Amino acid sequence: MRRYVIKRLAQAVGVLWAAYTVSFLVLDYLPGDPVTAMAGAGMDSGQVDPKQIAALRHEYGFDKPVVVQYAEYLGRAARGDFGDAVSTGRPVTSTLADALPQTLQLTGAALLLAVVLGGGLAVLATYTAQRWLRQLLLSLPPLGVSVPTFWVGLLLVETFSFRLHWFPAFGNDGPKGLVLPALTLAVPTGAQVAQVLAKSLLTALDQAYVETARAKGADRWRVHLRHALRNASLPALTVVGLLVGQLIAGSVVVETVFSRDGLGRVTAAAVTAQDIPLVQGVVVFGALIFVTTNLVIDLVYPLLDPRVVVASDRRAALA
Amino acid sequence: MSQSLVDDPAEAAPGLERPVEASRGPDPGRRVDVRRLLRFVVRRPGLLLSVVVLVLVVLASFRPGLFASQDPLRGVPSQNFRGPSGSHWFGTDELGRDVFSRVVHGAQLSLKATLIAVLVAFVVGGLLGVVAGFVGRWVDDVLMRFVDVLLAIPALFMSLALVTALGYGTVKVAVAVGIASVAAFARVARAEVLRVRQAVFVEASRASGARWYSVLGRHVLPNAAGPVIVLATLDFGSSILAVSALSFLGYGAPPPAPEWGTLISDGRNYLANAWWLTALPGLAIAATVLATNRIARALDGEWSRQR
Repeated sequence: MRRYVIKRLAQAVGVLWAAYTVSFLVLDYLPGDPVTAMAGAGMDSGQVDPKQIAALRHEYGFDKPVVVQYAEYLGRAARGDFGDAVSTGRPVTSTLADALPQTLQLTGAALLLAVVLGGGLAVLATYTAQRWLRQLLLSLPPLGVSVPTFWVGLLLVETFSFRLHWFPAFGNDGPKGLVLPALTLAVPTGAQVAQVLAKSLLTALDQAYVETARAKGADRWRVHLRHALRNASLPALTVVGLLVGQLIAGSVVVETVFSRDGLGRVTAAAVTAQDIPLVQGVVVFGALIFVTTNLVIDLVYPLLDPRVVVASDRRAALA
Repeated sequence: MSQSLVDDPAEAAPGLERPVEASRGPDPGRRVDVRRLLRFVVRRPGLLLSVVVLVLVVLASFRPGLFASQDPLRGVPSQNFRGPSGSHWFGTDELGRDVFSRVVHGAQLSLKATLIAVLVAFVVGGLLGVVAGFVGRWVDDVLMRFVDVLLAIPALFMSLALVTALGYGTVKVAVAVGIASVAAFARVARAEVLRVRQAVFVEASRASGARWYSVLGRHVLPNAAGPVIVLATLDFGSSILAVSALSFLGYGAPPPAPEWGTLISDGRNYLANAWWLTALPGLAIAATVLATNRIARALDGEWSRQR
């Protein structure tokens, strides 16, 4: 078990390092001259003072060879320092940390909604004996992944805020303001949860242990929930890591639609201002979220499904 | 283009009937059979509708004049904010421009961006996957570790980083979206190449002294292409969504251009009094994505059924 944990941890750190490298290549290396972009972004006239550029170039270390820059940046990033945001001059890390709670609320609520609604849909669709109901329910997830999130959000605002006046259209205030954004963000995620879970539920229902349970006289709900769902939710768990990353990224669109403060709007503003250090911080943060969720899932998985560790231990013993 | 999507398995057919491949077992269903294809489509009303929608969208992007006679850029100020009606199917916007005609003319921009995105993902991802799968050994390890890293960065963040680096515009947004979905293509292409590489007919052609490039070109690629093409169809739908999301955020074509995401973002300012400015262009996006996803599902099913 310890070996398994250490291996997973090392992998996680490796992926994070590589993600940082990719973001460095894309953001610091690709634009050719990020300093002109940064200096130009702050000015309207387009007139940039060469002296100012030289100063900026020195400040950000762009006058050094790329390899040296990379090493310096990586060293600072490892200590959690991503430099200062160009547009505000505040440290990137604290800018992100300030915006994070609002977004975590939003994505947390959305994940909950997605799992409850998507999971419920999958369970109901595989449970029902009514053909039409099953067909109707199973046609919803493909619909959910096909509609643009921002459009769903705007339709919800138009219906529930402007027509019915049930929920506020904009802003961060209170649980009431959270309903529509969370619902919007939950639509594509919930649809994916439903697709994956329905598929693995159908597989599980074909297994011999379901047959055995039925033969022993357990009633249908019990077989469906206790036997099939328990086993079927394991494969579904592995996509949660992907979905959490998507939710965090989806907050960019949803927070823009609902004018909510948070990580997503910070990101959108950073891209608009070509604020390279801030965008880099966001990209690495996205990878961090993905890697951590997957790490947690990898570590929890053997507790839920002991076969995983048995298999990896056996391989270790053979090696 | 929808035509070619539907025909893809059929087009691949001649290659699959070469004697060497026949060792996989005769495959009578793989012949070019238009009647069978038609029956397959007609028997599925949803699929038929999807094909029709996609044909219309493609037509609109090549010949917008066929559907909309009104100028998408010039408006009649006295006619602004008219709701949907017989003369203006999707209503008019704040400048009195016909929204339907803007959506029709926007199809060109949005489809162009989507095609570029899918092409970038297909070529770059496919190349990574084929090289990794065909060369194997340490090359495979290095390339696939790299792909894992790409997967770890959420797609939208990756696109946004690329937009920050490259700048705004339809083509740049398209490239950014394409790069963000390279990883999926690389994985599928690699898995397929690995699968085909172990087939008996590949071994046979190697044993009979074929060069590596002829093994790759004649046997491995044609047989590995199917699932990658299915993925491309699926990716078409998600690229439309990603491109429109980025242009909704304001990184696409500059304002007067009627890109689909930009249309909705413009309409957002009049959400309270003109619902049609957001609802109806969004419907066009949703219908197109639904149609391509349905077709991808049909291709996928067909593929596995015919194996």
